[in-house]
Amino acid sequence: MMRGCSSRTKIAQNQDRAVCMTNCPTLIVTVGLPARGKTYISKKLTRYLNWIGVPTREFNVGQYRRECVKIYKSFEFFRPDNEEGLKIRRQCASAALNDVRQYLTEEGGQVAVFDATNTTRERRETIIQFAEQNGFKVFFVESVCEDPDVIQENIVQVKLGSPDYTNCNTEEAVEDFMKRIKCYENSYETLDEVLDRDLSYIKIMDVGQRYLVNRVLDHIQSRIVYYLMNIHITPRSIYLCRHGESELNVNGRIGGDSGLTPRGKEFGKKLSQFILEQGISDLKVWTSQMKRTIQTAEALNVPYEQWKVLNEIDAGVCEEMMYEEIQDHYPLEFALRDQDKYRYRYPKGESYEDLVQRLEPVIMELERQENVLVVCHQAVMRCLLAYFLDKTAEELPYLKCPLHTVLKLTPVAYGCKVESISLNVDAVDTHRERPENVNIHRTTQDALQTVPPHL
Amino acid sequence: SVSDVVLSALPLPFCNSPTMIVMVGLPARGKTYISKKLTRYLNWIGVPTKMFNVGQYRREAVKIYKNFEFFKPDNEEAMRIRKACAAAALKDVAAYFSKEQGQVAVFDATNTTRERRTVILSYAKERGYKVFFVESICDDPEIIAENIKQVKFGSPDYVDRNVDEAMEDFVQRIDCYRASYMPIDDEKDRKLSYIKIFDVGSRYLVNRVQDHIQSRIVYYLMNIHVTPRSIYLSRHGESELNLSGRIGGDSGLSPRGQKYANALAAFIHGQNIRELKVWTSHMKRTIQTAEALGVQYEQWKALNEIDAGVCEELTYEEIQQNLPQEFALRDQDKYRYRYPKGESYEDLVHRLEPVIMELERQENVLVICHQAVFRCLLAYFLDKPADELPYLRCPLHTVLKLTPIAYGCKVESFFLNIEAVNTHRERPVNVDVNRNPEDALQTVPDHI
Repeated sequence: MMRGCSSRTKIAQNQDRAVCMTNCPTLIVTVGLPARGKTYISKKLTRYLNWIGVPTREFNVGQYRRECVKIYKSFEFFRPDNEEGLKIRRQCASAALNDVRQYLTEEGGQVAVFDATNTTRERRETIIQFAEQNGFKVFFVESVCEDPDVIQENIVQVKLGSPDYTNCNTEEAVEDFMKRIKCYENSYETLDEVLDRDLSYIKIMDVGQRYLVNRVLDHIQSRIVYYLMNIHITPRSIYLCRHGESELNVNGRIGGDSGLTPRGKEFGKKLSQFILEQGISDLKVWTSQMKRTIQTAEALNVPYEQWKVLNEIDAGVCEEMMYEEIQDHYPLEFALRDQDKYRYRYPKGESYEDLVQRLEPVIMELERQENVLVVCHQAVMRCLLAYFLDKTAEELPYLKCPLHTVLKLTPVAYGCKVESISLNVDAVDTHRERPENVNIHRTTQDALQTVPPHL
Repeated sequence: SVSDVVLSALPLPFCNSPTMIVMVGLPARGKTYISKKLTRYLNWIGVPTKMFNVGQYRREAVKIYKNFEFFKPDNEEAMRIRKACAAAALKDVAAYFSKEQGQVAVFDATNTTRERRTVILSYAKERGYKVFFVESICDDPEIIAENIKQVKFGSPDYVDRNVDEAMEDFVQRIDCYRASYMPIDDEKDRKLSYIKIFDVGSRYLVNRVQDHIQSRIVYYLMNIHVTPRSIYLSRHGESELNLSGRIGGDSGLSPRGQKYANALAAFIHGQNIRELKVWTSHMKRTIQTAEALGVQYEQWKALNEIDAGVCEELTYEEIQQNLPQEFALRDQDKYRYRYPKGESYEDLVHRLEPVIMELERQENVLVICHQAVFRCLLAYFLDKPADELPYLRCPLHTVLKLTPIAYGCKVESFFLNIEAVNTHRERPVNVDVNRNPEDALQTVPDHI
């Protein structure tokens, strides 16, 4: 969806579609005791919003505190009667809010995620006033959890590795952190259904068992709520791979709907073995509706679901052409694409930006699911990978996604562990790097400089 | 089976257990409104859904409604009838799932006691159905009074009553339920899956969403509202390709099309609409139409016309000449048929779903789109099934004004008096792949 005019955006035919999902910037404010997943949620939400094209940045007050107080001694810093500590913490929050203001008013940001405990009504009131003064909408995200196992696991996953605890052993760190939590507990004022009935917020209880949603004001808040209600933290892995090598691949042609080469079929068999070896419980398998992914999945001998939205990027008039032919017939288009590969739309086709939009339901469903294998295509895989690994729009169209290689993504701490497993079946290289010369008057040689070899 | 999955654009798990959506709430809390809307939405996105309104069963059992005394908690005779009606409805739910391939059943009744809900839960558990409760809680007397006015006065129960009598009776009817009303309890019922809607959507409590369909239902329920508004649907003005009887493409407006754009602008201004949003596709003809309005508009790629693939910019005569078999296949199943390298109406519905979701969130909107897209959107608002959808009449130069009212949608059609070609091709009598060209082209509208 492309909006009309915004002073912050260039008015161009291919302009980023989601620049203006809301008319004024939004401040998302986390609320909750330590180790309730606020930073996990902040980072994930930020990553999702940026991927769908909403410029978002997180501001972690703890970071500001670490910059201010170089060395963390102990939980005593957080004691409610530690005046010095309180002063520093208030300053850090102010500094963070200042940066928020700059990001949202001067740097083209649309959403800022203010990640801190914000456990007192007083602190939240300060933030609300700040937002009002600056014309920002506020949406609170509170995480409430009393399950000691979940809290323990949180601490183990992300606190032990924190800069605050680099010089402590595990027991010391856990003990100190527990006391740190205690410092907040007495003054914690949870969002109240009555007292806070005019605020916009979502209260997440027990890692998503239950949600309380109050006064969703606009489209972006509605999307945020939907996203937060679909994510989970159950351990699982997502496997991404392309179809096996196809006939058109071998001929250096893009797009189309061809079948697998013998090597491609070999990959299917190897993939089947690999999956068995992984011993995954309840694996879902998804393909596109194109022959080459379906044929690949067929080799697995398990049920699979076909998604039309997983189809490869539509290259429009360039479908089934070799790069050499594109250069021959459409040298201008070829150069324009190299200039801005993310936003460039093939005539009668799609752009990477369009692809991200149509893949959003896939991402949402991937978040809901547990173990999934997605058999897809080069451009599609780049988009999905960019989401999981938080790659920018500039990097996305050049991510390396070779044939016959499985990427295993396992969420860990605040990010994703990536294991790249080549299944040892040869295939053509289909990766074309950005050439040096992207000028529309460049020579054919310069244009074709980075085309990988083919038949 | 794989073939089923190929046909469905949305990978909804058809092999999973059916779901019962169970409404909960006092009378006049919007349960039937929600039930009907949800049913319409789910069917439109391709999930076979049916609504079971226990009140209907009661009206069939007790031909004439006397007064609220029927609902008094100490009316044993009536209690027996009401229990029997609920049981009959549950039986029909089971038949819908097992014999009619239903996926979702919306069980619309007050279900205000734990006892009644326990009966439903046991029934579902025995048969392997998932249960998702939707409770509507509202104590705003104005909202309740408005509900009663909009939908109760017209009810068969009050056909012989004047407005004041009906209101008085209904208020006492509500009181009959009030004493025994036990809302879903956040503690005792923490293992159940439910959403509680407070004050027409001001606040929601969502507990234990189990799966994809429940997540979609929650998302939908959280996006609908009851604020009065109108949705205006229009196609682009007549285009150059329209004139020559060609489908698809990305041509500009003909002179008459431009006239329409100006007439549309005048019409819209005349309607005096508060805060109107205007949406177009990314195609020239809708954008040119919107330009004449002189207001800001948003372009949605999702509103682009159906992609006719290899048939883009052909006339029907050319399609018949070059691809006679495809032409016939399309006439056989116009909803599911996908143009080679193109799309089907079914695909179109899938890509329009975010548009529908945003239309639900918005208030006054004018959507300038295309014939097939218009048909899909209209089918959603007017609850038209898949076999009717591709033949809905959406002529050029005509604005449809849709205003939600009671349980449905009022439709007003405005032809803006600018002539245009007819682009509507009815299903021909002969859809056989071996038919002759004359039979195939029998229903093609005139063009240059």
